[in-house]
Amino acid sequence: MTDTTPLMVLAVFLASAVRYSMPLLVGTLGETVTERSGHLNLGVEGMMLMGGAAGFVTAIRTDSLVLSLLAAMGGAIAGALFYAVLTVTFRANQVVTGLALTLFGAGVANTVGKGAVHASTPPHIQAFFAWQPLRPDLSAIESVPVLGPAAVFLRTVLLEYNIYVYMAVLLAVVLSLLLHRTRLGLHLRVVGENPASADASGIRVAATRYGAILVGGALCGLAGLYLPLVHNGTWVENITGGRGWIVVALVIFVRWSPLRAMLGALLFGALEIIGFKLQGFPQLAGNPLFSQYIIGMYPYIITVIVLVANSARKKGGWRGPGALGLPYFREER
Amino acid sequence: MHIRKILSTLLLMTLLAGVMLAAGCQSGTPTNAPAEKVKVGVLYISPIDDGGWSTAHNRGFVMAENEIGKDKIEWVTKENIPDTDAAATETALRIMADAGCQIIFATSYNYMDTVEKLAKEYPEIKFEHCSGYKTADNMDNYFGQIEQPRFLSGIVAGLTTKSNKIGYVAAIPIPEVVRGINAFTLGVRSVNPDAEVHVRWTNTWFDLSLESAAANELLNLGCDVTSQHQDSAATLKAAEAKGVFGIGYDNPMGDAAPKAYLTAPIWNWGAYYTKKIKAVMDGTWSVEQYWGGMKEGMVGLDTLTDLVPQAAKEKVAEIEPMILEQGNDYVFKGPIKDNQGNEKVAAGTSLSKADQMGMDWFVEGVVGSVG
Repeated sequence: MTDTTPLMVLAVFLASAVRYSMPLLVGTLGETVTERSGHLNLGVEGMMLMGGAAGFVTAIRTDSLVLSLLAAMGGAIAGALFYAVLTVTFRANQVVTGLALTLFGAGVANTVGKGAVHASTPPHIQAFFAWQPLRPDLSAIESVPVLGPAAVFLRTVLLEYNIYVYMAVLLAVVLSLLLHRTRLGLHLRVVGENPASADASGIRVAATRYGAILVGGALCGLAGLYLPLVHNGTWVENITGGRGWIVVALVIFVRWSPLRAMLGALLFGALEIIGFKLQGFPQLAGNPLFSQYIIGMYPYIITVIVLVANSARKKGGWRGPGALGLPYFREER
Repeated sequence: MHIRKILSTLLLMTLLAGVMLAAGCQSGTPTNAPAEKVKVGVLYISPIDDGGWSTAHNRGFVMAENEIGKDKIEWVTKENIPDTDAAATETALRIMADAGCQIIFATSYNYMDTVEKLAKEYPEIKFEHCSGYKTADNMDNYFGQIEQPRFLSGIVAGLTTKSNKIGYVAAIPIPEVVRGINAFTLGVRSVNPDAEVHVRWTNTWFDLSLESAAANELLNLGCDVTSQHQDSAATLKAAEAKGVFGIGYDNPMGDAAPKAYLTAPIWNWGAYYTKKIKAVMDGTWSVEQYWGGMKEGMVGLDTLTDLVPQAAKEKVAEIEPMILEQGNDYVFKGPIKDNQGNEKVAAGTSLSKADQMGMDWFVEGVVGSVG
C-alpha cells in the first residue's frame, strides 16, 4: 500500500527529483571540467546523444555493462575529440563548433541507434540498476512512533538509490577536491583563467585543454547513457530532449562548482517533475504560473537571472573562468 | 574569416543541393485517369519506428502495399515533420506534390491548414488529412472512433484495480484526448463505480522521460493500473517497474512490458488506406469524411493477455457486440454527469456527435481538470 502521509509524499518527491537530476548532474560535472579549462563546449546535447546511443547499442548487443559504459564514454569522447581538434589545435570559434557538434552528434546517434529503437535494457543490467546497495531493513523500528517514520523518511530520501546515484555524488566530491586541492586542478584552473601565464609557468596549455575536453566528453557520455539504459530502459530518437542545453545552463547556474552542481541539478530535476505534482491540486489548475509549459521554462529563466546577477557583481568577484571561450595563441602573448 | 568562408561555402552547397533535389523530383505527371501504378505521399509527425502513432499508420500502409501489390505503388514518405512547423510541413508536401504523387496522406492534426493551402494549389492531387475537419473537392479527412476500444479497456482496468485508483497519462488537452479519457472512465465506472481515474497531462505526444515522470507520479499516488494517450510505452514500463498493470495505446505494446501489459486500444488504418489508394487507381476517389469504429475495423482492442482477470474477459466479451452494433452511442449513453456533478447527458439519449467532437469536460469519476 502506498503511504500517502504528507511526509512520505515529500520524501518520494525528493527521491524522484534526485533520480531525474542524475543525467543533469553528471553532464554538468563534465561540462564544468571542460569550461574550467577555458573551453565553452555547447555540444553537450550532441555528446550525450552519441554516448547514450553507443552505450545502449553496445549493452543490447554484448549484454555487458562494462562494455556499455566504455562505449558510452568512447562515443562521447569521439565527439569531444572532434571539438578539441577544431577549437584547441585549429582555434576555431568555440560556439560555432559546439553547435555543430550538437547537430552532428544527434545525427550520428539517431543513425547508430536506429536498430535499437524500442529494444529493452538487458535484464541483468536492469537488475543491477534496480539494486539499492545502501537500503537498510527498518522493519524492526518502523512501527515505533516518531522514530519509525523519521527513519523511513530518511531512508527514502537518502538510501534508496541505485549505484549510479552514489557514484555521481562521489564523483562531484572527488572533482571538487581535484579542482581545489591538487596541483592538477590548480593547473587546470590557471589554464582556464589565464593561459598565457600558465604557459609561461610551464603548464602545457593545449594538453591540459585536450584532457579537460575529453574528460568532460566522457562524463557527458555517461550522463547520456543514464537516460536509455537506466532511466527509460529503451532508446528513441533524441532521447535527451534538450537536457544537454539544461546542462549548459546549469554550469553557469552553479557557477562552475562541482559541489553546487548537486544542488543545482536537484533543483532542475525537481522542476522537471513538479508540474505533475501540481496537477494534483485542482485549485492551481488554470493558473498560468503553474502550467507545464511555463514550468518547462523555469530552468532557463533562473539561469538568465543568475547570469545577470553574476555579471552585475561588484569588481573583484569571480565571474567564471577568465579565458572562457577564447582561443589561445601563444605568439600573441 | 575562415569560418565565414566555410559557412558561406556550406550554405551555398546546401542551397545547390536543395535546387537539385527539387529539380530531380519534378519528373512524373499527375493524372486523374485510372492508372496501373500510383505514387503515394505520406507525411509522418515522428519516425515510423516510434512504436506509437506513426508506427500504426505505417502498419496500415504496409498492409495497403501487400493488398495492392508492391510493384503498383511508389512511395514518397517524409518522417519526423513536426505538425507545428508550417514551413517544414509545406516543404515536405511540395516535395511530394512535385514528385508526382497522386494521393497524399497527412497523418497529424496540425497539418490541416497547410494541406488545405496546397490542395488549392494542386487541384489534381487528392489530399487525405487525418483527424481534422476541413474538406475541399480534393481534400478529405478521416479518423477512427478509438473511444470504443478505450471504453472496453476501461472495463479491463475497472475489474483489475484493487486500489480503485487508475492512472491516465494524457498528452494534450484537446477534445480527442478528453473524449478518450471520458470513454475510458465510463468503461471503468460501468463495472466499478468506486474507481477513480487520475489524469496527468504531459503536453507532449512523445517524450519518454516526461511520460514516465507523469506515470510515476500517478503510481506514487497509489494507482495500480495505468492507461495512456501517449505514443510511447514509457507509462507501461513505469507500471512494470512498480509491479502493477498497464494499458497501452496505438499498437500492441506487449513486448515493451510483458509483466504489466493487459491490452491496448489500437489503430488499424490498413483497410481504409487500401480502399483510398485503390480508389485513386480506378478513378473513383471521393470526399467521404470517414469516421470508422470497431465495426468497420478501423480501431480495435488488442488481444487480452493472461494478466487480465477472467471476469474482465467475460465482461468485455459481453459488451463488445453492443459496441459493434451501437458504436459511440453506446459509449456515450446517458445518464452522464460531469465531474462537478452536473448532468450532461440525460437518460435515454446519447451525446451528439458535435458534442463529442468538442468535448471539453470530464465525466464523473475523473480526478483532474481539462488543461
